[in-house]
Amino acid sequence: MTELSVTKDVAPPAGDALVALSHVNKHFGALHVLQDIDLTIARGEVVVVIGPSGSGKSTLCRTINRLETIDSGSITIDGKPLPQEGKELARLRADVGMVFQSFNLFAHKTVLENVTLGQIKVRKADKKEAEEKARALLDRVGVGAQADKYPAQLSGGQQQRVAIARALAMGPKVMLFDEPTSALDPEMINEVLEVMQQLARDGMTMVVVTHEMGFARSAANRVVFMADGRIVEEASPDQFFSNPSSDRAKDFLSKILHH
Amino acid sequence: MFDFLEGYDLLGAFWVTVQLTALSAVGSLIWGTLLAGMRVGPVPLLRGFGTAYVNVVRNIPLVVIIVFTSLGLYQTLGVSLGSDIVNTTNFRLAVLGLVAYTSAFVCEALRSGINTVPVGQAEAARALGLSFGQVLTLVVLPQAFRSVVGPLTSVLIALTKNTTVASAIGVAEAAALMKDMIENEAQLILISAVFAFGFVCLTLPTGLILGWVGKKAAVKR
Repeated sequence: MTELSVTKDVAPPAGDALVALSHVNKHFGALHVLQDIDLTIARGEVVVVIGPSGSGKSTLCRTINRLETIDSGSITIDGKPLPQEGKELARLRADVGMVFQSFNLFAHKTVLENVTLGQIKVRKADKKEAEEKARALLDRVGVGAQADKYPAQLSGGQQQRVAIARALAMGPKVMLFDEPTSALDPEMINEVLEVMQQLARDGMTMVVVTHEMGFARSAANRVVFMADGRIVEEASPDQFFSNPSSDRAKDFLSKILHH
Repeated sequence: MFDFLEGYDLLGAFWVTVQLTALSAVGSLIWGTLLAGMRVGPVPLLRGFGTAYVNVVRNIPLVVIIVFTSLGLYQTLGVSLGSDIVNTTNFRLAVLGLVAYTSAFVCEALRSGINTVPVGQAEAARALGLSFGQVLTLVVLPQAFRSVVGPLTSVLIALTKNTTVASAIGVAEAAALMKDMIENEAQLILISAVFAFGFVCLTLPTGLILGWVGKKAAVKR
C-alpha cells in the first residue's frame, strides 16, 4: 500500500487493485510497442486510455486477457497472475468481458444464441435460465426486439450493444473496451456510449480505449494518455483536459479538440 | 438394342458404388475434419502429423493406396477388418483406402474454409472463456463448413468416381461389372455409355443439391 504515490491525482483505493500491470514490455518484431507499462486499475474504477494511433493502447487492452502475449513484466487480475494458454486462462477470460472494435458477433448464430453461448458452454448454465438472462440483458441495452435475428441484419450500433450484452452475460469482474465506437457511423456512437455510461454508473470496472473525449470527460475516473508505447500521463479527466502536464498530451489535445 | 444388359446385375453393381461412396464420404469427412483440427491446432506434434499426412497421402496415386490395403494390410499383415468373407474384407479395405485418401483433400478444403473465418470470431470466442476445442467446434468450423460446401462437393464427386479403383482389389462395383461386360459383349461403345450415364446420374444431382445447400448455408457478414 505504501508504494501508491500520494502525488497521483486520483489514487485508486489502496489494496483493492483488480487489474495490475507491472513493467510490461512487448515487441512486434523490431517495434517496441509496450514499454515498461505500469498500470493499476481498482475495483469499480473506469479508466479511459487515449492516445494517437500506433501508441499501443489497443495492444495494452488486449494483453489484459492475454489475446496478446507479453515479452516481460507481469499482469495480475484479482491478485492472480495471468496463466499460460489453457484451462486456467479460459476460466480467467470468462471473468474478463471484452468488446471489440469490429463487434465480432458470431455470424452463424442469432443474437440470442450469441448471448447464451458463453453462459451455456463456459458457465454450464441451464439453457432456459441462460435465455432469460440473455433477454433481460438485451432489453437492458435496448435490442431486446432483435433477439432472433442474425448479426448481419443489425446496424453497427445494435451489433455493438449485443456484443456488450454478450460480455455482460458472463458476469465479468472487469470489462475491456477496445475502441468500441471507432467502426460506427457517427449517429450510432451515442447509443453505444449511453450503454457504457450506464455501466460505469452501475459500478462496473472498465478499461476503455477510445477516441471519444466526451465519454472520457464524463465517465472516466482516470485518463491514461499513451504515446509511442509508453504511458505519458495519468490524471483525472478534468485535470487532463484542462491542464495536461506533458507536451505530448498538449500537442495531441490541440489537434483533436479544436473542431 | 439393350439386349446385352440381360443377365447382368447393373443396379446391384451401382448399389455397391453408392455404398462405397456414402461410407467413404462419411469416414473422410470425420477424419478430414480431425486432420484439419490438428493442422490449425496449438500442439506442434499433431500439427506436424497433420501436415505430413496430407502431403504424403495426397501425392500417392489412389490405386497404389487401394492395392496396398489388400496386399500390404490384408495379405501381409493379416488385417481383415473383422470379416472372414473375402468379398466383405475387400469392400472394407476399399472404404479404408478411400477414406485415407479423400480425407487429405477434405482437410485441405476445410483448412481453406477456416482461413475465411475472420480472426475476430475466434478472438471473441476465446475472450468468452471457450477452450480451443470449443472455439473450433462451436464457432470456427461451423462457419468454415458453410464456406466450403462448393469445394467439398467437388471432392465428393471425385470420390464417387474414384470408387471405380476399388475394382482393382476385386470389389464388385460398377467399373468391375463394366470390365466384365466388355470382355463378354460386343457393344463396347454402348456399354461405356451406359456406365458413363450411370455415374452422371449419381453425381449430377449431388452437385445440384449441394450447390443449393451451399447457397442456403452461406454465412452472411
